[in-house]
Amino acid sequence: MATKGDTILEVRDLVKHYPLNQGIVFKKQIGAIKAVDGVSFDLARGETLGIVGESGCGKSTLAKVLMALERPTSGTVKIDGRDIGRARGGELKRMRRNIQMVMQDPYTSLNPRMTVGDIVGEPFDIHTEVAPKGDRNRKVQELLEVVGLNPDHINRYPHQFSGGQRQRIGIARGLALQPEIIVCDEPVSALDVSIQAQVINLLERLQNEFNLAYIFIAHDLSVVRHISDRVGVMYLGKIVELGKDTEIYDRPAHPYSQALLSAVPVPDPEGRENRERIILQGDPPSPANPPSGCRFRTRCWKAQEICATEEPLLEIRPGTDHESACHFAETHDVVHASS
Amino acid sequence: MSKTSLEALPAEGGLGNEPLLAVDDLHVEFATRGGAVKAVNGVSYSLDAGETLAVLGESGSGKSVTAQAIMGILDIPPARIPKGEVRFHGTDLLKLSEEARTQVRGQRIAMIFQDALSALNPVFTVGWQISEMFRVHRGMSKRDSMKKAVELMDRVRIPAAKQRVNDYPHQFSGGMRQRIMIAMSIALDPEVLIADEPTTALDVTVQAQVMELLAELQRESNMGMILITHDLGVVADVADKIAVMYAGRIVENAPVHDIYKAPAHPYTKGLLESIPRVDHKGQELYAIKGLPPNLLAMPTGCAFHPRCPYRQDNCVTDVPPLYEISGTRNSACHYWREVLDGDQG
Repeated sequence: MATKGDTILEVRDLVKHYPLNQGIVFKKQIGAIKAVDGVSFDLARGETLGIVGESGCGKSTLAKVLMALERPTSGTVKIDGRDIGRARGGELKRMRRNIQMVMQDPYTSLNPRMTVGDIVGEPFDIHTEVAPKGDRNRKVQELLEVVGLNPDHINRYPHQFSGGQRQRIGIARGLALQPEIIVCDEPVSALDVSIQAQVINLLERLQNEFNLAYIFIAHDLSVVRHISDRVGVMYLGKIVELGKDTEIYDRPAHPYSQALLSAVPVPDPEGRENRERIILQGDPPSPANPPSGCRFRTRCWKAQEICATEEPLLEIRPGTDHESACHFAETHDVVHASS
Repeated sequence: MSKTSLEALPAEGGLGNEPLLAVDDLHVEFATRGGAVKAVNGVSYSLDAGETLAVLGESGSGKSVTAQAIMGILDIPPARIPKGEVRFHGTDLLKLSEEARTQVRGQRIAMIFQDALSALNPVFTVGWQISEMFRVHRGMSKRDSMKKAVELMDRVRIPAAKQRVNDYPHQFSGGMRQRIMIAMSIALDPEVLIADEPTTALDVTVQAQVMELLAELQRESNMGMILITHDLGVVADVADKIAVMYAGRIVENAPVHDIYKAPAHPYTKGLLESIPRVDHKGQELYAIKGLPPNLLAMPTGCAFHPRCPYRQDNCVTDVPPLYEISGTRNSACHYWREVLDGDQG
């Protein structure tokens, strides 16, 4: 799948820092939260890139910068070869049509005072060229049908729907402008287990139908593996490992990826006593003041002097088959270690 | 129903024939404008010392309400317990006076809540909140109780406990706050610990830390633990036995290995099959169709029948009792044999 399409999204050295200010009248900048600090990747048409990492690692900031909801501090986000970070006015508006978002919480991301028809049809108010006025209701009903909702419910309000149905409304809104890229920020984490599978299936079906490219941000690693063609592991604003799903899950090379994968509870009690568990000590450091060199070294069991002085680059390392940012990268299958 | 469930859940060891904690045919209703909502509808389970019981269910299945009834922290009214017993060492807690319950609550049965940030009081230091346990229940002085608080923070492995005892909840990370909650709950060496989604708000790496800590504390003091969760992975890791809840009832209970090997209720089976697995990559995930029922308008017969692939005519009319499959295993499905066989074949 990875080679199926040409590159549609190209992210290079993307940086987003939020200034930390002191003082009320005379503000002065005393530092910055380095939320995203040098992220690069490509996304092909019809491909799904999963982004995993703990809270605070910069996943959601990355999503906002990709959507041009935040301007990058430096670096570029190119959609079809054009930089959305530098685009202004009419050009930005046109580019935004091509990249849409599905939010995490279907309870707060839908306006309770708008009907479903208004919510799903709102993108047409802004981008009037997509659907002429008289045609809108029909378009909205089509969209509702595509995501598996009853088109007759167009005049209902969000509170009349369950969590899973609301997430479908959010997805319909994301599809309205026929984008090529959809950024899904934790699209299923607020849903119950039995509903999660329905929404994941819907997302996969839509991808096949419309050849969509997904950026799929989630903390549930089993969901990410299921849906992704490639996976990037983020830690403190950087991608520490990037590769195909099988490469990351079966042959993780970065110690952080290994710890993350081994911490995921396996839904099978057989052999639980001998399962390998790498338990990280402490919490991630603050992104305002990340450690020198490798950012993971403060919690890493492999850390040496070089880790404090030299920052490891994201590259293919000897003995591994995909990119990782660790001086001592070494593949180690943690998921199947017990069997 | 009450007879069958009593027989169906034999006490495993315990004191005499009585388990440490036994919930028996518990019903809880909430009065609402739309009528009485039956949140818990005849739930029975039991727990022995040193044992971990996982209560698995989706939101609205009644798993937390059951726990709140055990703790005696339901708001009555609007809640009402029309029927049922919660026996602790053989004594029905629901019949005790409020003073007697206060003696049990927190001291002998303690609870950890899901969201540590909202469960802790933001305007008191964590040391003060932990030490409150000793002042209220043990009558200790301020100074002694604060010393105890530091000891406890050490025990749940909060680094630099001595310096941090006077910090406020917002100064701690999510994982550390959950440790503070755990410190408070184990302060008085309870015999039963109820953990209501203790790691749902946490990252996987922190979840692993917290679950390891809980397991260790349990080993040290031989507590019985009720773990309420919707995460099938966490359950497989730590539970000894499982009770699966759906729409206010237990639909299946079994030792942990049995249930993952071959579920005996279509709902459990559907849940297990809807987990994304490596070998199903690229295929459509199995999804239980439909939605959980509205508790105000429960389906007739088996509450799961509108979503069930095994449905027959009598499922629509007859409420299935909790059938006994083996001495330790029950399923509330008329066709549990077919479900069980279907998985093995």
